[in-house]
Amino acid sequence: MEEVKPQLLKITFDGIEVEVEPGTTIMQAARKIAEADESQGHLVPPAMCYYKPLPVSGGKCRACLVKVTAGSAKDPRPMPKLVPSCITQVQDGMVVENTTNEAVLDTRKSIVEFLLINHPLDCPICDQAGECHLQDFAFEHGSVKTRYEEERRTFDKIDIGPHVQLHMTRCILCYRCVYTADQITDGRVHGVMNRGDASEISTYIEKAIDNDFSGNVIDVCPVGALTDKTFRFKNRVWFSKPEDAHRDCDKCCGKVTLWYRGDEVIRVTARKNTWGEVNDFICNTCRFETKQTSSWVLEGPTKVKRSSVISANKYRKDLVKKPDFALKLAATQFKAIDDTRPYVTDEDTIRHQSIENNDKANHRSLAANNN
Amino acid sequence: MARKILTEHINVPGIETFDVYRKQGGYTAVEKAIKTMTPEEVVEEAKKSGVRGRGGAGFPMGMKWGFLAKPEGVPRYLVCNADESEPGTFKDHHLMKSIPHLLIEGMIISSFALGANKSFIYVRGELMYVIRILEKAIAEAKAQGFLGKNILGSGYDLELVVQPGGGAYICGEETALLESLEGKRGNPRNKPPFPAVKGLYQSPTVVNNVESISNMPWIINNGGDAYAQIGIGRSTGTKLISASGHIQKPGVYEIELGVSVDEFLNSDEYCGGIRKGHHLKALVAGGSSVPILPANLITKTAAGEDRLMTYESLSDGGFATGTMLGSGGFIVFDETACIVRNTWNFSRFYHHESCGQCSPCREGTGWMEKVLHRIEHGHGSMHDIDLLVDISKKIEGNTICPLGDAAAWPVASAIRHFRDEFVWHITHPQEATAPGAVYMGEMALV
Repeated sequence: MEEVKPQLLKITFDGIEVEVEPGTTIMQAARKIAEADESQGHLVPPAMCYYKPLPVSGGKCRACLVKVTAGSAKDPRPMPKLVPSCITQVQDGMVVENTTNEAVLDTRKSIVEFLLINHPLDCPICDQAGECHLQDFAFEHGSVKTRYEEERRTFDKIDIGPHVQLHMTRCILCYRCVYTADQITDGRVHGVMNRGDASEISTYIEKAIDNDFSGNVIDVCPVGALTDKTFRFKNRVWFSKPEDAHRDCDKCCGKVTLWYRGDEVIRVTARKNTWGEVNDFICNTCRFETKQTSSWVLEGPTKVKRSSVISANKYRKDLVKKPDFALKLAATQFKAIDDTRPYVTDEDTIRHQSIENNDKANHRSLAANNN
Repeated sequence: MARKILTEHINVPGIETFDVYRKQGGYTAVEKAIKTMTPEEVVEEAKKSGVRGRGGAGFPMGMKWGFLAKPEGVPRYLVCNADESEPGTFKDHHLMKSIPHLLIEGMIISSFALGANKSFIYVRGELMYVIRILEKAIAEAKAQGFLGKNILGSGYDLELVVQPGGGAYICGEETALLESLEGKRGNPRNKPPFPAVKGLYQSPTVVNNVESISNMPWIINNGGDAYAQIGIGRSTGTKLISASGHIQKPGVYEIELGVSVDEFLNSDEYCGGIRKGHHLKALVAGGSSVPILPANLITKTAAGEDRLMTYESLSDGGFATGTMLGSGGFIVFDETACIVRNTWNFSRFYHHESCGQCSPCREGTGWMEKVLHRIEHGHGSMHDIDLLVDISKKIEGNTICPLGDAAAWPVASAIRHFRDEFVWHITHPQEATAPGAVYMGEMALV
């Protein structure tokens, strides 16, 4: 019998048409566009809580909100609210606006603001810096200034298990680690306590997470809240060089990334895909206890986007492609010179004008100070 | 006297017992429904009655029942939402403690209509004594054959479970309630799937408010059409209003929808007017989460029509000049009330009750509370007002559940209507923070 292929659904995302299978989310459709054409990578909505390998994750951080301007071909009414693209399934004929919609970008900016108001911004001493999703998100969508004047929420550091440290102050409550602990290991000891902005990730009465796969919570954490104790304060990630490697492991797939500083393996992590997601989780033995090159079969350098800070200083300057956002920024800020003042060459006039302009500027700043 | 549907017998001595309730005509609706009607006919009567969800959203109950998925071999559940925690709302509490059998009778009829064999009443944990009253009433009803196996010989089984909640406001949101009922952390779920398709234990579930369900016995006895004749337009039937604040007679009143706000506020049958020697300043018509209204928009709409106690009339003019009927928490403020302090108080509540799942609500509610705290305590600056408006806009509509909206609306509306009072707090910090100080600027004009 011939295999029956499911009817493909057509969706328009930021003006680009793509066909996807039923059950696909808007986010997956956008990723499909980007995977087919790398230059469209900037179209993909950011994801702070959604993690494809972890079912039921997503919908919490609201970073990926998009505008649906037509629900489907059958019912082309727009959806009244912005919808989370990570969990909203596509309908045939759906029209979605992401980077082309002002309201979406404005909301995204405010989400960055919300996530950062209680974040310590201690990037200079944070191990996650350089591979932090919140850093990327804030860099691309955030504002330079903060409007938050109050005290930030802080927590004490907690040791959860021999390998993992929880620094709750940095947490953005994405729940990824909760789902990881829930879904890939037995015996639930890890969850969220308290409510609202007092809620915190914790283990059952500070119990250690004690199982072979506990280290994966470090990889799924988008920020520096869960860190590897064997790597803490050892190095900045952009000074280390990632190499793909594998070994025969009786517990996990054994496919990892080794992070070198010189000849020394300073860290072992699972492999992350383009979207920063781990598809094959690894065990603690591979992660924390196997740090000799001799134990691994090397596969070659990990492919890292040129625009990533991890690839800084490692490639020839003439080959480094400038990241899209910089070009875009320059393009949006570009203004034609619009000066209708007469072109003067007489030195006295020029001097007189500049004195006048200085006076005006001083008045303006004085007025601003007085307000 | 206006017609009473829910509170007709509420003052009969001993009405909380089965015998007295039965003597007043109780449980006849169960007999009628189970013996002479099919479940579809009961649903039809609910649809005809046009009764709208009394928990706050005002979604037609019959229509909600119509959405319930009915796959073969999967149990269906009815859950009664008795987690009434909205500041200013205390009607369900009054109903359950005074006349518990009314809710139980409504639950039996509704469960029968939906084909549920196990139904839950989720009561907020603070009301432990109400839970005991309900459990006692359920035991009585069971002993009389109205609950349990083979009810009235019809072959229909129903088990009714009273579940105390942990006292979280968020568990009044239907999907958070279901999570909590399942024994999990009370976080609202992403929708879709809606509870009508995947609700409690991933089975089709209907969640209804206490008051909505308590209307069912009357609807069955008198017919949905008779119910629909009460009230005006799409606001049918009667509604319990929890009146509180600076009025002569605070309490729970049953009104026919369509009574004018002026009559409700000033007639002796209801609130009895503002307390002596004072005058009206503001009103929150439907519980703390709905927009606050200033005195000039309370009895008349912006178009100059009389404002009525109906879903439509109260929301006339949208949020610019209107509000919502919500859950019927009618909070009245006279000129001695400080709007800034009140807004801060509401905001503090939502900050405390946010579940912490989505970023805008988790961080935004706390931020708004801190800024309002600052203004109220004389440390505000002018740009704080616009900052508050901006934060509330960024929370509204961007969260999983309506708690974000509920936190944003009171702040946005207070600034919309009482901006001068906020400004006064900022420009006159010393006067504003003096004990008992209230801004009188606008009142001088009245």
